[in-house]
Amino acid sequence: MTAAIAEAVDQEMSRDDRVFVVGEDVRVGGPFGTDAGLFEKYGGRRVVNTAISELALAGLGVGSAAVGLRPVVEIMIMDFVAVAMDQIVNQMAKMKYMLGGQAVLPIVVTTHAGVDSSSAAQHSGSLEAWFCHVPGLKVVMPTNAYDAKGMMISAIRDDNPVIFISNKRCLQTSCEVPEDPFTVPLGVAEVKRTGSDLTLVATGRMVLDALEAAEDLAVDGVSVEVIDPRTLSPLDMETILTSVRKTSRAVVAQEAVRFCGLGAEIAATIADECFDFLDAPVKRVGAPFTPVPFAPVLEKDYLPGKASIIGAVKDIFGD
Amino acid sequence: MDLSGEQMRRMLEQMMRIREFDERAALLMEQARVHGSVHLYCGEEAIAVGVCEALRKDDYITSTHRGHGHLIAKGGDPRRMYAELFAKSTGYNRGKGGSMHMAALDLGIIGANGIVAAGAPIALGVAFASSYQDNGRVTICFFGDGATNEGAFHEAVNMAAILKAPVVFVCENNGYGEWSPTASQTSVSDIADRAAAYDIPGVIVDGMDIMAVHEAATEAIARARSGQGPSLLECKTYRFYDHVGRDFGILKRDEDEVAYWRARDPIVLWQQALVERGLITEQAANAMRDEIVQEMEDAIAWAEQGPDPEPADLWRDVYTETQA
Repeated sequence: MTAAIAEAVDQEMSRDDRVFVVGEDVRVGGPFGTDAGLFEKYGGRRVVNTAISELALAGLGVGSAAVGLRPVVEIMIMDFVAVAMDQIVNQMAKMKYMLGGQAVLPIVVTTHAGVDSSSAAQHSGSLEAWFCHVPGLKVVMPTNAYDAKGMMISAIRDDNPVIFISNKRCLQTSCEVPEDPFTVPLGVAEVKRTGSDLTLVATGRMVLDALEAAEDLAVDGVSVEVIDPRTLSPLDMETILTSVRKTSRAVVAQEAVRFCGLGAEIAATIADECFDFLDAPVKRVGAPFTPVPFAPVLEKDYLPGKASIIGAVKDIFGD
Repeated sequence: MDLSGEQMRRMLEQMMRIREFDERAALLMEQARVHGSVHLYCGEEAIAVGVCEALRKDDYITSTHRGHGHLIAKGGDPRRMYAELFAKSTGYNRGKGGSMHMAALDLGIIGANGIVAAGAPIALGVAFASSYQDNGRVTICFFGDGATNEGAFHEAVNMAAILKAPVVFVCENNGYGEWSPTASQTSVSDIADRAAAYDIPGVIVDGMDIMAVHEAATEAIARARSGQGPSLLECKTYRFYDHVGRDFGILKRDEDEVAYWRARDPIVLWQQALVERGLITEQAANAMRDEIVQEMEDAIAWAEQGPDPEPADLWRDVYTETQA
């Protein structure tokens, strides 16, 4: 998936001179390789290696976009967005509205999220819900290389600020990706697996776990439909609701802390819109209300996965 | 500095325009005819005008919560500014921003800002874009002394220095950050000293002397435009009124201090200088002021009767429809 992202950015940079990359260590391709080869090809004018100043580089994105550029701002690790929050939340997200529509801000803020073998509490966060709560931002979280390339191209061509979150485990996955540029539309969920007994909505790395869980549950005779929203804001609730009306049961799974997470919003909307269709309460899977621990034995307990998804499904079926 | 008499009279006129605009904005706020808070620029006019008169029309500025003066100095229309204070759809921001968010992108005014120092990273970005596009434009970042205690300021100045971005950081040191004296918040007595930390020029200017401001700004702007990077100008000035409105009621200032600075009113000083040089008569200056007063009264009348936003405007402009 890292190569797919780098390829998408490369193709958009060669298509449109207004597109540039700015961030820490982008000169050397970034620690995950999502900028590999860009500096060699485009040089320092368009691959701008900056100081460790997340707030300033987010502001560099806002200011340059306000006067016509299309920045791809890289915040190396998602937890670091806390440093840049004023520029992202108070400036980038609100500027168009506050200015009565004068500003167009085509910015991609790309970042890497999630638990990653003892990276501990300041390098492991899944903070997507922070941004979903802010009007004016779009939030995407592709979970495979194909979607990552297509959605990165869509994000760069979008005229709004887009928070592009790559989950670290998903980054390590591979799949067939066309070399030519293509787009995956923002705001459209994907049914990853069809089923008739239960709708399983999963985001980020939980999509990988959800597909494995569905496989196991099929053996037990439970037919699970797996949906990956892909774009978290704007959220394609219609695909989710259509599925729930068919299956009558739902589990929502996220890597982030469960309390006040995106899963809560999805579960509440299902309850609002599909109450008469539901045969069971909507269950949520997510991390406990603690910072991410360092010790591998604790991190393993912290991280929701296939077992917690299967547990939630079995709860619904009363096993 | 070779300025024509016409330019020098225009500088007086622009300072008067800012003063008369804000004196009336204060009254409108006290009468609850306009909405929200108004932060008055009175006393600081020489800075906005001295700097902006050194700019090209296509240059950019970023502004602050105390931003009316910057907008007028960069060519903002008082009618549309008042309309914004009245929250009318004829305002610069269609009534959705108010005093602290006024902007006019077509005039190079990237916007006032309700977050202290937030203009600095944005100015960095605008200036970066000018380098990227090689369009020769300069960005002025206006901010107060208080902003220099925010992390955003330091990150932005450092990065601007590294990138040699064509930006001039103009500090309006008016002696107070909100309701507390600058000295109680700031580790240096001269903000200009902070430039040394970024290896850029730091210049102290008498912010009540419009020619001093104009000369220093002209030099810093030329430096930025020629690719030599940013400068920091510290303009020593004074906030004639309170942090919010004329008298919010919680700040007691020393009367001698206020009197000292009032005696250095930048508009009075400049008018005297022009009279001494024979470039204007007292009578002509008074006529100029009278005309501006009438302009402001007309602007207020026009603005107040403008249409309110439509209910549907609540949902408008959250996002841009992307044209693929």
